[in-house]
Amino acid sequence: MPPAKASKSYTLPVPLPLDGGQALDGVTIAYETYGELAADKGNAILICHALTMDQYVASANPVTGKPGWWHQSVGPGKVIDTDRFHVICANVIGGCMGSTGPASLAPDGAPYAMRFPVITIRDMVRAQVALLDGLGIARLHAVVGGSMGGMLALSMAANFPNRAARVLAIATTARHSAQNIAFHEVGRQAVMADPDWQGGEYYGSGRAPDKGLSVARMAAHITYLSEAGLTEKFGRNLQDRPDGTKGAKSFGFDADFQVESYLRHQGSGFTQRFDANSYLYITRAMDYLDLAEEHGGKLADAFAGTQARFCLVSFDSDWLYPTAESRHVVHALNAAGAAVSFVELRAPHGHDSFLLDVPALDRVMKGFIG
Amino acid sequence: MSLRPDLEVIATHVAPDTRVLDIGCGDGALMAALRDRGCDARGMELDPVLVERSVARGLSVVQGDADRDLADYPDRAFDYAILSQTLQTAARPDRMLDELLRVGRKAFVSFPNFAHWRMRTALMFGGRMPVTRHLPVSWYETENIHHVTVSDFRELAGAMRVTIDREWFFAGDHAVGSAGANWRAEHAVFELSR
Repeated sequence: MPPAKASKSYTLPVPLPLDGGQALDGVTIAYETYGELAADKGNAILICHALTMDQYVASANPVTGKPGWWHQSVGPGKVIDTDRFHVICANVIGGCMGSTGPASLAPDGAPYAMRFPVITIRDMVRAQVALLDGLGIARLHAVVGGSMGGMLALSMAANFPNRAARVLAIATTARHSAQNIAFHEVGRQAVMADPDWQGGEYYGSGRAPDKGLSVARMAAHITYLSEAGLTEKFGRNLQDRPDGTKGAKSFGFDADFQVESYLRHQGSGFTQRFDANSYLYITRAMDYLDLAEEHGGKLADAFAGTQARFCLVSFDSDWLYPTAESRHVVHALNAAGAAVSFVELRAPHGHDSFLLDVPALDRVMKGFIG
Repeated sequence: MSLRPDLEVIATHVAPDTRVLDIGCGDGALMAALRDRGCDARGMELDPVLVERSVARGLSVVQGDADRDLADYPDRAFDYAILSQTLQTAARPDRMLDELLRVGRKAFVSFPNFAHWRMRTALMFGGRMPVTRHLPVSWYETENIHHVTVSDFRELAGAMRVTIDREWFFAGDHAVGSAGANWRAEHAVFELSR
């Protein structure tokens, strides 16, 4: 995996305390910003990225060369208008795009690998709040995120209730379900079963668990889509064979079906831009998420006394974080007396709908963010 | 923007700077008017397109089914619970009234009066379920599953020990007196407490 250089980075002045009981020294956070910060610093929006995304929310990713992962919604004149707002997006700790993670060097000069402490969503939030402190931003206009980014947004609202005036959480949950954990465990086992993983000590060995990470990505990718979306896109269509034969079965185990070829492509492409150990650590952090558990077992208590306004959005075809998960959060926010909006939007493409063109989502986001 | 007459009455009689839940809030017209009066207005609406429109206006609206999701709210979470033109669509209007006066200290309820003379004559002389300006949908596709009259509602309130604090009646956009309202009113608005 080629090393990524973030355009901006901030090193925490003090060790970062972690839920696991340790403290992490010399934490660096790689981040991007877009738009001018107002003199009163009141126009900042923090966007939190999903599991395999990064800080390049609205600008080209230097590793892949692709446009920012939310470029259609974030930018000048767009739904999150960088002509009006100062947008910050930071790579989570545990990540592999410049923030401190398992591939970073430990104080002894060798990569952390599996010596990196297991982190939580709240630890990631602590790091981002420390970044906001460093930037002198006391209160965000909004914190926004989809999927894992939504978990960070909700965790920030629960643990740092005064840091954001608005909380927009899309296609997300306040706790990882057994099914969510199960899928992640399949992915982690695929990575760790790859002999090239080498107990996580693959850095500098010339080998990396690309096969395992690729399988992990393939399995995960299915959970981001919907059956209807897959059927519409691929059906049972067959690939053209390398010798030019059109649409014939090989009676072997090549990628006969287009959906197989697509998944293989997704898997191998992913290994070019993502560190396998980061995948282990970040999926673990998501599995550990249970905002209610963090707050005495009652989710409403996580949001007690909040003055923030909330907006939750789910998609009817998302079976990874289904509408019931959003409703569960809405229920708790209502019980806490919080100002909350919620809508389930129709979108055919499953969990990934939040990254796709859903005009209704744009209207909701624009109205909520103001 | 002018409000529907029943909403106008409600908007005018909700005390300023109070906490209000508008159940079946539609596109948020009443909520926006209440917000202008300094109220902290929250809404619930079943139709996602209307929710989206309300949120786009900067209102706090939850997509939900009043028959089920009112249970989310703690007792007396609001000064007012408002149910406009929705009672007749509830699975159990009596339980809905209980819920209104559980989550709200007071409630406003508005509904179309099925005993208006035009309904009565349509049924009497037409012999078929009336389709009118205010109830324009045929019986088989209407959401109004519990047609109610002014007299029916008064009787239910009495039986449930719900106090009618104030009441307003309309035919078209014109106010109608309380006397003979069950005959003359197309719409009724009640302010309730317990």
